[in-house]
Amino acid sequence: MFESVLVANRGEIARRVIATARRMGIEAVAVYSEADAGLPYVREADRAVLLGPPPPARSYLDTGAVLAAARQSGARAIHPGYGFLSENAEFARLVAAEGLIWVGPSPSAIEQMGDKINARNLMERAGVPVAAGTADPVTDADDAAAWARRIGYPVMVKAAAGGGGIGMSAAAGEPELRAAFEVARSRAERFFGSPTILLERYLPRARHVEIQILGQRDGQILTLGERDCSVQRRHQKVAEETPSPGVSPALRERMLQAAVRAGEAVGYRGAGTVECLVDTETDDFVFLEMNTRLQVEHPVTEMVTGIDLVEQQFLIAAGEAVSFERENVRYAGHACEFRVYAEDPRRFMPSPGTITEWAEPAGEGIRVDAGYEAGNQVTPFYDPLLAKLCVHGATRPEVLSRARDAVASFRIVGLKTNLPFHAELLDSAEFASGSYDTSVVARLRP
Amino acid sequence: MAEIRAEMVANVWKVVAAEGEQVEDGATLVILESMKMEIPVLAENPGTLTTLAVAEGDVVQEGDLIAIVE
Repeated sequence: MFESVLVANRGEIARRVIATARRMGIEAVAVYSEADAGLPYVREADRAVLLGPPPPARSYLDTGAVLAAARQSGARAIHPGYGFLSENAEFARLVAAEGLIWVGPSPSAIEQMGDKINARNLMERAGVPVAAGTADPVTDADDAAAWARRIGYPVMVKAAAGGGGIGMSAAAGEPELRAAFEVARSRAERFFGSPTILLERYLPRARHVEIQILGQRDGQILTLGERDCSVQRRHQKVAEETPSPGVSPALRERMLQAAVRAGEAVGYRGAGTVECLVDTETDDFVFLEMNTRLQVEHPVTEMVTGIDLVEQQFLIAAGEAVSFERENVRYAGHACEFRVYAEDPRRFMPSPGTITEWAEPAGEGIRVDAGYEAGNQVTPFYDPLLAKLCVHGATRPEVLSRARDAVASFRIVGLKTNLPFHAELLDSAEFASGSYDTSVVARLRP
Repeated sequence: MAEIRAEMVANVWKVVAAEGEQVEDGATLVILESMKMEIPVLAENPGTLTTLAVAEGDVVQEGDLIAIVE
């Protein structure tokens, strides 16, 4: 095992990766922007290196600054977390060129899955079901309209290089499609540096279900069950759970097999996630995209399996075997994650500010992965995730009951948070029943 | 006269309108960015944009003046 790792991220995920590194005896190096000097992860690392000013382009996205921090600290490996540089193939190449270990898949796997059009075509060839959609980049609004007539409305308009729901929207007809195309193209250009757009058939009554995979050094792909991420606002996840209440054992088996084929098709190594849409009407699924990194919602998988996914990432990156035998993996009970965002709970608008009080819930089955504490300032420069409230229990009703208590006792003062929304979600008949889909938040906020 | 103020701490991503311009009710004047979300700042009445108090790259605090439409 390498003796030190630089965590090229911030907030809760940096803190979470640092915790496992330290437990394994790996020296953890944090990097931070001027806005984040007071956050817990900077203090908890063995060492911390300042990257630069707050804007991401001048700190966490500045590949030169991150590599300079690695050189300065003598770190032997780089863990990218999620977001920022985690799916940047060029950065992964630079890391290798520096003689450092990249805790993630090969640059070529990142590249192949990073372009959603390429990924769709690749998956189709590998025998993984995909939705009807464009096999080539959509060049302009007329081209988009022609494609949409062939695919059939409603269609989803997406950035080929995109992620996080940015620039994505559904269109039920041509005028809406033309508007959606222009918005998607400008956002794609701005956020992802590529204006390439694809269209896919939109499933209105769908669940968003993803499979966790671990690609080992010998090329074998392990699966660790699914996560249901159907609770979304603005196409961004708000709450997740495992197992999915909407996936039958037979469908799960098919999805797990497809995820293995997806991983094999790109020679995947390390932790990755195959995202799918499950059609609740036909009990069928299609490939959506693959995230070639650790997922925000990975803790729910850790809670039911007892497997530390960051530890497996480190082991695989170091060329070692994973810490468990695949035939001994057991899925115990149920787990949910609730993302606590700095945003108003009605319209979900950003709410930066200073945290004056912070008290986390505790107790049986409760895990809080927090990026902040009392006294910290939450700035407008980064995403609104404050903490992840994760709840485990023997059954789904037990988890929901524990979650209601935990949400009620989580105290964050100084800015608006979406905790009241989570209380509402937990009280809604639709979520409680388990038979919800990706429109559940829209129905709670008509 | 309508003073338009920032609803939250944000970065000024784009200035869309120019001082002296005639603007319609609901026209986008400035686009703010906070926490990876774009937030358009709109004119609340038709008129002349007499003051534009921000520039691209500025950070605005909640309640800061962004523009005046008369």
